[in-house]
Amino acid sequence: MTASATTTFRAGAVGRVYVALALFAIVGPFVWILTASFKHPIAIYAAQFPFTPTLSNYADVLFGRRSDFAGNIANSLVVAASSTALVLIVGALAAYSLYRFRWPTCVSAGFLAWTLVFHMVPVLTLLGPWYVAFRELGLYDTRAALIVTHVTINLPMTVWLLRTFFREIPPEILEAAQVDGCGPFDAFRRIALPIALPGLIAAGILAFVFSWNEFPIALTLTSRTTATVPVAIARFAQQYEIQHAQMAAASVISTIPAVILMFLGQRFIVSGLTLGAVK
Amino acid sequence: MRDAAALPDMSPRRPGARVAIGRLVNRSFRYWSLLPAVLLFAALTLYPLLNLARMSVSTITFANGAEVWTFTPLRNFAALASDDVLRPAVVNTLVFVVASVAVEMVLGVALAIAVAGLSRAKRWVRTVAILPILVPPVAIGSMWKLMYNYDFGIFNQALVALGAMPVNWLGSTSVALASVIAVDVWHWVPFVFLILFAAVEGIPPDLLEAAHVDGATRAQMLRHIVLPLLRPAIVVAFLFRAILAFKVFDEVFLLTAGGPGTSTELVNLHLYKVFFEQNRLGYGALLSLAVIAAIIAFLLVSRRIALAVRRNADS
Repeated sequence: MTASATTTFRAGAVGRVYVALALFAIVGPFVWILTASFKHPIAIYAAQFPFTPTLSNYADVLFGRRSDFAGNIANSLVVAASSTALVLIVGALAAYSLYRFRWPTCVSAGFLAWTLVFHMVPVLTLLGPWYVAFRELGLYDTRAALIVTHVTINLPMTVWLLRTFFREIPPEILEAAQVDGCGPFDAFRRIALPIALPGLIAAGILAFVFSWNEFPIALTLTSRTTATVPVAIARFAQQYEIQHAQMAAASVISTIPAVILMFLGQRFIVSGLTLGAVK
Repeated sequence: MRDAAALPDMSPRRPGARVAIGRLVNRSFRYWSLLPAVLLFAALTLYPLLNLARMSVSTITFANGAEVWTFTPLRNFAALASDDVLRPAVVNTLVFVVASVAVEMVLGVALAIAVAGLSRAKRWVRTVAILPILVPPVAIGSMWKLMYNYDFGIFNQALVALGAMPVNWLGSTSVALASVIAVDVWHWVPFVFLILFAAVEGIPPDLLEAAHVDGATRAQMLRHIVLPLLRPAIVVAFLFRAILAFKVFDEVFLLTAGGPGTSTELVNLHLYKVFFEQNRLGYGALLSLAVIAAIIAFLLVSRRIALAVRRNADS
């Protein structure tokens, strides 16, 4: 809506109060856990406020002798970065192929329909067979198993998102390049990919975040050495005696990528999240 | 003459192999470009699906770390009939999906319309709204676990300060499901907002201005212009949420893990427990197939709804 439309459709007092309440409701829980993460456990349990801030929870979580959290962060980073790189390659190739080459309808429509169905089905339904298969292959409790499964769950989103970007490319550009002696693969790499760069960034940000956040697969396919950040947080919350302070500190650390990307990649994220929905 | 002869030397030193590979890569590109995705999907979704079918008619036990498969076609169906948790899990899941999606739609649409009427705050709200969607659901679970805590959570602190009795948000059978639904609402209202906000921004301003000039009130514009134009986006957001709400697992696993009793047990939590706590791979496979079949049926029905709505909107 342009400025003029905003003036004809200006929010009333009720609307303003509602927006203010919504903002408060969204931000409030983050503030709450942030303050809890800087409290001594005793200050949390006594619901002290004001309190003396301490970094001891973070020190415990990151450097404590009984905590693997630094290793969990490393696992999460490796898995998220590699699965993102792979899903962008596989997804861009597939999306471009579906756009550029005339596949029989049963292949193109069948592939897209299946990605959609798989995207909608809870991943819990496939965890049983995955667990069995990765055990047989000797890949249980490896980062490799997490990387390929994360590529798989992020592939539908990547393909659907990149498809909309490739479709914007006029076929004449690619045909002209091929007339000039540029092979089909070179046309993809040198012309189509640079044009679709905003789409690649959007898909890459989302794939990284979804992999970093992913919980059920990591919970079932890893044990102590390859556990990721969400699994570690769940351990803090699920132990016989819940470690609230460490859980809070670990949770705050786990939100760092999301907060960074919210500021750096907002444009891409909003288009990525809403593109499929609006078009 | 010498210059002309030197021309081929402009190409890389040993052109043979690399050029040949490059040509091969290019020529066959149209065939291999789709291959990685198809192979990955075949190996990690189609093959597991077939395996699910095989597992669903088997009993799998572990002996000395090796799997022992026995063919027991009726045993898992019998287990389905005697599964006491399944019924509450299905009922809770339906309640969860219907209640959380309904509330999310109302709050999200209202927020999108209210924010569109603001001038400067727009960008702020949009930035903040992204946050719940991007942070790990597990972190959301632990956030709310802290806030719902009976002894020191913010809600009970507020209740006690107001002189009311504290509530056992996650530990009482009558409140727990509502508490879990509230977390899902908090998590996903921003998503509905983002989709609807993009749609509101896409409404041609002339329409509203013309109505304004004709003396239409804000309520009239809302009812007769804005909401009808938003209908396709509302349907899309609704279908997205309805289907994705079925996938919920992380937050509930952290908050209640299905308890107390079966009061927040959901189908996904039950699947996890059958597979990985009770180690009943065969029965779990049968349940998984049932869930997949239900999702596909829902997709087919919702496709029809979406098409019907689009036809109505066009006519």
